[in-house]
Amino acid sequence: MTATAARPAAPPAAGEPKPRPAPRRKRLVPYWLLLPGILWLIIFFVVPLVYQASTSVQTGSLENSFRVTWHVQTYWDVLQQYYPQFLRSLLYAAVATLLCLVVGYPLAYLIAFRAGRHRNILLVLVIAPFFTSFLIRTLAWKTILADGGPVVHALNALHVLDLTDVLGWTSGDRLLATPLAVVTGLTYNFLPFMILPLYTSLERIDHRLHEAAGDLYATPWTTFRKVTFPMSLPGVVSGTLLTFIPSSGDYVNAQLLGSADTKMIGSVIQSQFLTVLDYPAAAALSFILMAVVLFVVSYYIRRAGTEELL
Amino acid sequence: MNPLTALRRARRHLVVIAGLLTLAYMILPNVVVMVFSFNKPTGRFNYSWNHFSLDAWKSPCGAAGLCGSLGLSLQIAVYATIGATVLGTMIAFALVRYRFHGRGPVNSLIFLPMAMPEVVMAASLLTLFLNLGAQLGFWTILIAHIMFCLSFVVVAVKARVMSMDPRLEEAARDLYAGPVQTFLRVTLPIAAPGIAAGALLSFALSFDDFIITNFNAGSTVTFPMFVWGSAQRGTPVQINVIGTAMFVIAVLIVVAGQLVSGRRARAGSAS
Repeated sequence: MTATAARPAAPPAAGEPKPRPAPRRKRLVPYWLLLPGILWLIIFFVVPLVYQASTSVQTGSLENSFRVTWHVQTYWDVLQQYYPQFLRSLLYAAVATLLCLVVGYPLAYLIAFRAGRHRNILLVLVIAPFFTSFLIRTLAWKTILADGGPVVHALNALHVLDLTDVLGWTSGDRLLATPLAVVTGLTYNFLPFMILPLYTSLERIDHRLHEAAGDLYATPWTTFRKVTFPMSLPGVVSGTLLTFIPSSGDYVNAQLLGSADTKMIGSVIQSQFLTVLDYPAAAALSFILMAVVLFVVSYYIRRAGTEELL
Repeated sequence: MNPLTALRRARRHLVVIAGLLTLAYMILPNVVVMVFSFNKPTGRFNYSWNHFSLDAWKSPCGAAGLCGSLGLSLQIAVYATIGATVLGTMIAFALVRYRFHGRGPVNSLIFLPMAMPEVVMAASLLTLFLNLGAQLGFWTILIAHIMFCLSFVVVAVKARVMSMDPRLEEAARDLYAGPVQTFLRVTLPIAAPGIAAGALLSFALSFDDFIITNFNAGSTVTFPMFVWGSAQRGTPVQINVIGTAMFVIAVLIVVAGQLVSGRRARAGSAS
């Protein structure tokens, strides 16, 4: 929590660090304010997770109804069956997050330090693409990466596709339906979630620090490494989280731009739930995904040392 | 030229070039969407260029079900925005303005929906609705949208209220304003930009939501669901028309807002 109102030096006689001791009636006010929203979150966020946990240890079928039998074996089964999709999701999400950071940082830096009076225009341009439904924009990538299209031609001419083919990122003379296309889509779709936090933390940096570093004979690269980047770390941490979390569970990009070989775990959960109707397996998969993501996130936050994200 | 300044200058341009390339990467799909809204595709799919045509712009509702889904999405987005903004603003005020027991759990409860892949929330909410035997459709979508928009409103409003000077409210009370009057005349106007930001974000999130809606919509078709379905069956050019129109309208609104606030700021500094 950042709202750590400084503890007053005076002895906290009433245990009330507010400037005015509140009358008793008022003490209930925060609870009334919280009640509706928190109830909503409990009923439609927490309780569903409990239901899902219970579903994941049920057995049965749609016809004979599912019953809780504590069949934990389901977890092991789905892991054995779907671990490639799990690993692939984590890999794609990690690569997309890293690409977002590499690609997004210069733009955030440009807007924060070099844009001058064009800053607002650039910010609008970053946010504006959002307003066209992301599904439509993802479909546009189908056109951009189309077989025999200009992008494929250019990459072919530069022999880039030969290289990516060897690495297994693409196959043949195609970009569509390859891992590269899916990662491109993921990077594209979640890039604003990286740029905006980066920009916010870069914008707070006092410009005079750069001058001071320059005056102390730091090269621009050293200034960046020792001053700018460390000071933008909060933005890096929240940006990477905001891109990693949604991309790890995404199935839109894998479905629209990928093939059967690029299926991510989100697609599996979706089809198990909505098509196959194997609810226990779907619930178990979803639970494992949640556990993995929460573990990665909390480990990462602890390592990065910024627990004041909220 | 001194090599150090040369390096500095090169890097300066490098950052600008890299940044603009990123911007191009972000805007390219919008350009494609716009260009292809003037296409007359040969088959069912609007993925490759055939020849110029204004047909789709002349009949934006020409594709069956498109405008109905658009209307439904707008309707849900409005209701979800209202619901999430009211509930979220109340929570934000409670968190910033009051001390109470259970602050930690409340904070985690608000953080968790944002730290969870959408598909997990979508799947678990569906298990709840299935277990309750709820009819999937408009109401289940609305419930889900309010749920995931709430946290974002809390964060947006909290940031604004936290940076507010509490002495302003004390001054109002010292000047004999009642609690209601203080709230309506002082607190709310100052918090308004945060509330507006939260509401805008909710609207955008709800309007564009696909994954949670995909799970909890039943056979109800929102606009993203329509686009998803058409990606399987055939994409009418009208999708691109709607996408382009949304983009243009949003940019116009933002630019107009910038102009107004810029003028107001200038007027404020002049007076």
